[in-house]
Amino acid sequence: MTSIISIQKLSKTYASGLKALKNINLDIKRGEIFALLGPNGAGKTTLISTICGITNPTTGKITVAGFDVEKEFRKTRSLIGLVPQELTNNAFETVWATVNFSRGLFGKKPNPQLIESILRDLTLWDKRNDKIMMLSGGMKRRVLIAKALSHEPQILFLDEPTAGVDVNLRKDMWNIVRRLRDSGVTIILTTHYIEEAEEMADRIGIINNGELILTEDKEKLMSKLGKKRLTLHLIKPIDKIPQQLSAHHLERSPDGCALIYTYDKRGRRTGITTLLQDLAASNIHFQDLETKQSSLEEIFVSLVKD
Amino acid sequence: MNFQAVRSIYIFEMARTWRTIGQSVISPVISTSLYFVVFGAALGSRITEIDGVSYGAFIVPGLVMLSLLTQSISNASFGIFFPKFSGTIYELHSAPISYIEIVLGYVGAAATKSIIIGCIILLTASFFVPLQIAHPFWMIAFLLLTSITFSLFGFIIGIWADGFEKLQIVPLLIITPLTFLGGTFYSINMLPPFWQTVSLANPVVYLVSGFRWSFYEISDVNVGLSFSITLLFMFACLVVIWWIFKTGYRIKS
Repeated sequence: MTSIISIQKLSKTYASGLKALKNINLDIKRGEIFALLGPNGAGKTTLISTICGITNPTTGKITVAGFDVEKEFRKTRSLIGLVPQELTNNAFETVWATVNFSRGLFGKKPNPQLIESILRDLTLWDKRNDKIMMLSGGMKRRVLIAKALSHEPQILFLDEPTAGVDVNLRKDMWNIVRRLRDSGVTIILTTHYIEEAEEMADRIGIINNGELILTEDKEKLMSKLGKKRLTLHLIKPIDKIPQQLSAHHLERSPDGCALIYTYDKRGRRTGITTLLQDLAASNIHFQDLETKQSSLEEIFVSLVKD
Repeated sequence: MNFQAVRSIYIFEMARTWRTIGQSVISPVISTSLYFVVFGAALGSRITEIDGVSYGAFIVPGLVMLSLLTQSISNASFGIFFPKFSGTIYELHSAPISYIEIVLGYVGAAATKSIIIGCIILLTASFFVPLQIAHPFWMIAFLLLTSITFSLFGFIIGIWADGFEKLQIVPLLIITPLTFLGGTFYSINMLPPFWQTVSLANPVVYLVSGFRWSFYEISDVNVGLSFSITLLFMFACLVVIWWIFKTGYRIKS
């Protein structure tokens, strides 16, 4: 896949002296869903804002479809749709008026058929004549998505799209995002919900303290960094782990009924065979076992902690 | 040039006027009628004529100018302040639209609204006093120039203000006093010589004087000077706006 967004040596220092972005290098591939993860204040929104033209970069270069975001801002911005994190809407406007206004801002002539189709897709059609202040939080979020899609962008930025949204609506949003990706739109989303990135993203970027710690294909990241846990449910509880098993760095469950062994599945030898032999030699027997892959959340926490 | 974006901002802003028709149009008409009742009827009976013009007719250009200044400033300042306040300004920053186009949209709509209100006030005034317009071309020129210039000034205030209080400070504490002291209700020739000289430092004197000249061919200062001072103020506003967008002052980090 070719890159649609290319970021080189991007840094952003605010007037307060805060270094929000530090030497970011990143390529976003055309047609992918890229999830940007990071704790609060990591620089996610600053990065998005800089690409979209809301914030000026201090140093570095950003190109969108080969066009420079500063020198050729008309070309780059016309390709991008942005759904901001905050529910920022013109409270006194109707859904129909505000979505059409957004299309006009992007230099597009009115297209009522297209706007109707977007509003229907987002189940907003029945609300088209309602003032935005009358809508629920979830509906307001959909209005922001409709506004961002009104000029038919090739790239969609979703800054925390499901923040404060209930579970059902969140799943609806995921479906909307998938449909957009299937229609060829490149999607970059920031999220606090690791589950969201795990569910939807093709690639993951992790940002912390303004630095991009890693970017990786989600599946590769999961298999590369993901540790597996083997839980052995014992027939008889044990009070402590015998000395002869110390080499395996086992954990004992609080009730003593299970032993947990963590291993790296990338290794050629996982150590499971030896563990089982040592358990038998120690006269510890188990009635059941299960393995579990580390979640993206655990990977994220471990990376950010480092 | 993104004309579609300019059109969208213009239509969006004008729609706000029609939505708040009472506040936007009816209230200036009522307040102007009250001015006529208080100043025209009550005081006018004691001040019969100024430079050969009846007092009621004399104050009409000043009243139009008073509304034009205050409406231009409030419309333009609120127009750009509200997206900043509500956060929707992100749309302007992320759209393929230049600063010139943003200014054209907001200032164009604000100037249009104030011109409409100016015309309504003229129409209202015609019910109270006999009006004559000696130089219609110059009357329109002053109307346009003043509304555009003070809409630009209002745009600057809207960018500068970081709260509703600040949005009101300049119109209330500077513009309204300058307008009342700028010969709206009197000729500065009626003042003692010292205060006549002080009044010449008030830019509103030039606006009111020039505008009144286009009606009755009477003026406190030279018409060319009036027009030049207004043009100069417009130029100064344009320079400040250029600087705001160049530096991103209070609109972009």
